[in-house]
Amino acid sequence: MSPEAAVTTQVRPQALARYCLALGDDALILTQRLGEWMSRAPQIEEDMALGNIALDLLGQARALLTYAGEVEATYTGEPARSEDDLAFFRDEREFRCVHLVEQPRGDFAFSIARQLVFSTYQYALYSRLSRLATSPDPTLAGIAAKAVKEVDYHRDHAEQWTLRLGDGTQESHRRMQAGLDEVWPYVDELFTDTEDAAELASAGVVPLPSSLREECERRWTAVIEQATLQVPEPTRRSRGGREGIHSEHLGYVLAEMQHIPRSYPGSTW
Amino acid sequence: MSDWPLWEVFVRGKRGLNHTHAGSLHAPDAQMALRNARDLYTRRGEGVSIWVVPAAAITASSPDERDSFFDPAGDKVYRHPTFYDVPEDVEYL
Amino acid sequence: MYGNDFSTEPSEPLNAAETGGVEQAMAHEDRRAQLLSEAEVADRQEQFDALIAADQRIEPRDWMPEAYRKTLVRQIAQHAHSEIIGMQPEGNWITRAPSLRRKAILIAKVQDEAGHGLYLYSAAETLGAGRDELLDALHSGKQKYSTIFNYPTLTWADVGAIGWLVDGAAIMNQVPLCRCSYGPYARAMIRVCKEESFHQRQGFEILWALSRGTSEQKAMAQDAANRWWWPALMMFGPPDAESSHSEQSMAWGIKRFSNDELRQRFVDMTVPQAQKLGLTLPDPDLRYDEESAHWRFGEIDWSEFKRVLSGDGPCNAQRIAHRRKAHEDGAWVREAASAYAAKQAKRTAQAREEAVA
Repeated sequence: MSPEAAVTTQVRPQALARYCLALGDDALILTQRLGEWMSRAPQIEEDMALGNIALDLLGQARALLTYAGEVEATYTGEPARSEDDLAFFRDEREFRCVHLVEQPRGDFAFSIARQLVFSTYQYALYSRLSRLATSPDPTLAGIAAKAVKEVDYHRDHAEQWTLRLGDGTQESHRRMQAGLDEVWPYVDELFTDTEDAAELASAGVVPLPSSLREECERRWTAVIEQATLQVPEPTRRSRGGREGIHSEHLGYVLAEMQHIPRSYPGSTW
Repeated sequence: MSDWPLWEVFVRGKRGLNHTHAGSLHAPDAQMALRNARDLYTRRGEGVSIWVVPAAAITASSPDERDSFFDPAGDKVYRHPTFYDVPEDVEYL
Repeated sequence: MYGNDFSTEPSEPLNAAETGGVEQAMAHEDRRAQLLSEAEVADRQEQFDALIAADQRIEPRDWMPEAYRKTLVRQIAQHAHSEIIGMQPEGNWITRAPSLRRKAILIAKVQDEAGHGLYLYSAAETLGAGRDELLDALHSGKQKYSTIFNYPTLTWADVGAIGWLVDGAAIMNQVPLCRCSYGPYARAMIRVCKEESFHQRQGFEILWALSRGTSEQKAMAQDAANRWWWPALMMFGPPDAESSHSEQSMAWGIKRFSNDELRQRFVDMTVPQAQKLGLTLPDPDLRYDEESAHWRFGEIDWSEFKRVLSGDGPCNAQRIAHRRKAHEDGAWVREAASAYAAKQAKRTAQAREEAVA
């Protein structure tokens, strides 16, 4: 179906484009962070595993950014921006990712805690998106249907490691709890009902972010308790990523990611 | 403590085929061994099913027994259909 | 990726097999427990020689001369180390790849290097050389890796040059190893070669895009070719006249072609590709010899090779420090997983006992 056809009367294409950008940016920035692990994992087998997860996320990011560019073109009247235009030539304030994915790689426990949170959230989101039976937006549903199998595996990977680190040695238990504690302030932001998401949800195009929370929390609590760890109760929460207000870390991620295309504008690689 | 055991990996390439030995890897336990095998040996879609077996659990025949194990099978030509003389014009044999 | 450029000093203890590590690892192996009479050894040697002569494969539990085993352990381990260290120069560009397509390709490629390292460590395990022991030998500098990885990747074009030249040279070296006399090594190499077929092509494609780009991009490609050409030629190892291990390895069917033969083939294959890319190879003596139908090239600076090999290259210390840090930082993770596995095993055993009671 063409992007035009997806644009129903209830939904502004601007909201849909921004929504897709947000999901795409989440996946892209986390790819950057996972990419940093390559050649640095605790065991070479784990380099392989993290590489696979990074590749899956990058694939999702590419599909979502491409679609966002197409939807955007329906109202700008300009030629559609490509995945690379969007990845490399937007400034920090135009990125819509959550703070969770921007945070530095940390130790293995922090990375696993982040993967646990993010993959569980992604699974809830994509499984709902792909199940929207008569979705008014088959493109988005199609991207979700492919992604849900990928993130199912990511979630399993994170859960397996959470169990092993939580219920492993004293040191790993301490580190895993510290990882969860560090990650939890960023959980809330994932479930923020932004204006765009609310508008799309009321038209039945996407699930309402806040409606994903209970399923995620149930899953987290079960695995965290089984790992003899505690679900943190954070006193602060991140906010603003979806509106382009980020943590200081994102600027550096983008500087690194974007520097070649921006140093040689107009070049093909 | 940190020396994870060795696992042998067997992969079924597609339905209808046997699992075939693909190689080995290290993993702390069977669950992780399966997952590592998936990431290492099937990342180009080479499999539909995986077995992992602790390398230490495999009992292998020894090359020293090769003669007594395998040579006696060599002369039992009557086990093979080509051993039998039948008239050429008989069908379905 | 792999070269033949590990060491020119056969006397130095290159590998675990020469430091006693392997002896320990193999203590459980039945073949070590048997004390064979001279006649029995002669008998087995004869069987081994016959298998080699018939171009049959030697398999892990077969008797084999100790020197054959040592040579294989050294070569396979160094090959595996090369794959693992080789992740670094390219991994250096994952977060900076200039398009998302290139980023995906690069992650997949670096991941392949990790996978190839694992296939090879797995082959070395069949000779009784454990992974931990081999990694220790890498980390302590007892075993080497392909010295090409001691050069830095300074621009994006270097990622292209590595694929085109370094992987190109590696494939030249590796394809004959698919017919190596040692079964597990040959099988690992078949898998590696199959998977690596995209590596060289993607490298060429990167340079092809640059060569059709802006003048800055062309200059970037030329600069990379200038820096990688000679080190790539060194990957085939010292000239045949000085190559200490070659003759025996050829006799054993571990090596199929000499260093100089493979180097010449590589040059013959690569020069026309460079012309297609519009790149000038940094060798004023490079010329086509009609008579022999070969590209003749200038003198390789073997003093540079020896210098980099002996530790005085731009990145030797950095590569090993990076690898060691990953290993050390991961120690608590590996310990945790082992501890968890032990706990789980205990719980399962207890549950069984209770079920019986």
